[in-house]
Amino acid sequence: MAGMTSALSARGLSKRYGSTTALSAVDLEVGAGELVGLLGPNGAGKSTLVKIACGLVRPSGGTAEVAGAAAGSRAARAATGYLAELFRFPGWSSAEEVLALHQRLARSAGGASERGELLERVGLAGEGGRRVETMSKGMQQRLGIAQALIGAPRLVLLDEPTSALDPGGRRTVRDLLLGLRERGVGVLLNSHLLSEIELVCDRVVIIDGGRVVTEGRPQDLTAPGGVEIETAEGVRHLPDAGREDVPRIVRELVAAGTEVYGVRVVSGTLEDAYLEAVVGRDR
Amino acid sequence: MSDALTIAAHALREAVRRRVLLVVGLLTAAFLGLYALAAFEAFDSLEGTTGGGFVPIDEQALAGGTLLGLAMFVALFLGVVLAIFLTLGAVRGDAERGLLQPLVVRPVGRTTLLVGRLLAASAVCAVYVVAVFLAAVLITQAAGDFTPGSLLVPAAGLALGVVTVVAISLLGSTLLGTTANGIAIFMVFATGLAAGLLGQIGEALDVDDLTTASSIVSWLVPFEALYQNGLHALTADIGGATGVIVQLGPLGGADDVSGAIWIWAIAWSAIVTALAALAFSRRDL
Repeated sequence: MAGMTSALSARGLSKRYGSTTALSAVDLEVGAGELVGLLGPNGAGKSTLVKIACGLVRPSGGTAEVAGAAAGSRAARAATGYLAELFRFPGWSSAEEVLALHQRLARSAGGASERGELLERVGLAGEGGRRVETMSKGMQQRLGIAQALIGAPRLVLLDEPTSALDPGGRRTVRDLLLGLRERGVGVLLNSHLLSEIELVCDRVVIIDGGRVVTEGRPQDLTAPGGVEIETAEGVRHLPDAGREDVPRIVRELVAAGTEVYGVRVVSGTLEDAYLEAVVGRDR
Repeated sequence: MSDALTIAAHALREAVRRRVLLVVGLLTAAFLGLYALAAFEAFDSLEGTTGGGFVPIDEQALAGGTLLGLAMFVALFLGVVLAIFLTLGAVRGDAERGLLQPLVVRPVGRTTLLVGRLLAASAVCAVYVVAVFLAAVLITQAAGDFTPGSLLVPAAGLALGVVTVVAISLLGSTLLGTTANGIAIFMVFATGLAAGLLGQIGEALDVDDLTTASSIVSWLVPFEALYQNGLHALTADIGGATGVIVQLGPLGGADDVSGAIWIWAIAWSAIVTALAALAFSRRDL
């Protein structure tokens, strides 16, 4: 990534609403082709951070840049695709019309082929003529994602993009996000679905009370949980053992005449890491 | 400018698809039908009568001027209703419903979005009031062979008047929620009308302070001054006692307003739109 402009770079970002501090000195980096998950409890400041990045909210302090341009500037908005948590498209318009309008506003020359491709990528192929008001919430969310991808943005900001989707829809979005990574698009994914984040994100940032409380790769954030050995006597849990200890443990057990039926390396989940970072701080 | 036209076209398409224009068209047809009935009945009742007692009255001019004054008032009122309902939730209302955010994050700019909405609502409302007024003129001519002193001044005054209402409703939409904005703009409209009526009373009773206050208010909300000017032009060629009666009129009072009102109304709309753009640019969504 050296030498490449970050998709999103925030430095010392803060936002106050009157006496309420929504964000406080937040630093955040989303590299090109990087999928970053944004986690935090309700009211932590996640949506405010995303809204500053796409120019809907003005920061009280600090700076945010999208593809090297100040967040909210015309150049930054041209490089951004955004799906709001609470969004709506006019019920009277068709999926095609929604996308065509956004193509004009985003100055995308993709035309009908881009619209068709996007609808296919979000699983709405053949639904272009369907009016928004006749679509399910999940279909509207898929359309919202397609809208966010118009004009091949360098940064995609998705605020709870799978909240209304069924498992099939979530799989579609997951594949789509992986495709974006391959294309070098930076993605900031704000979601409460920790399993989704764990599956697709390269990095996770957890914020609480407007501050970044922890960040890192999902596998680095999840703590090791020891090793479980299934023997004739039952399941034994060795909390201090790690993956590298397994061959030795099995060898010693077998040498001692114990029959080993199974071994499982236990690792913590992102949920554990999240709760430790957020709830643990409150204890 | 092409972005503003894209937004304007989108807003117009919305008005058509949501059948706003269809409903407005049907209700307007009902009003014009009623107006036609009233006009034919009124002129029929004049046939064979002679006007005035001690003072000679041109009853045909009195009926024609009064009917067209009514038509002008109704055209303005319906145009204002249309202007308010097309714009009252343009910023805060649409933002609360989640309709605005996907558009604002595009590289078009908030001012362009606002100008697009202004263009669309202004075009619809201006065409509407002119069409209603001209239809009333044709009906009045057919019913009583009465032609107003001027067509251009009342029609242009109505058109520019509703544009000023569109502008202030857009400004209100950046500051107030949908319901509060609707109420506020209707009250501004009512204030303008009340000022016109007070001016009329002041003129009848020869109270200078009242007419001055009325004049100031009608310039502060220029749709009222344009309306009074239009009413005056409508019946300016009617002379004698008939002219005096018609000019006083029952619907706000005609007034020969300075020609500067045209420039002022345009400048006023531009200033109000600029304030709306400023308020919109500073609003977190």
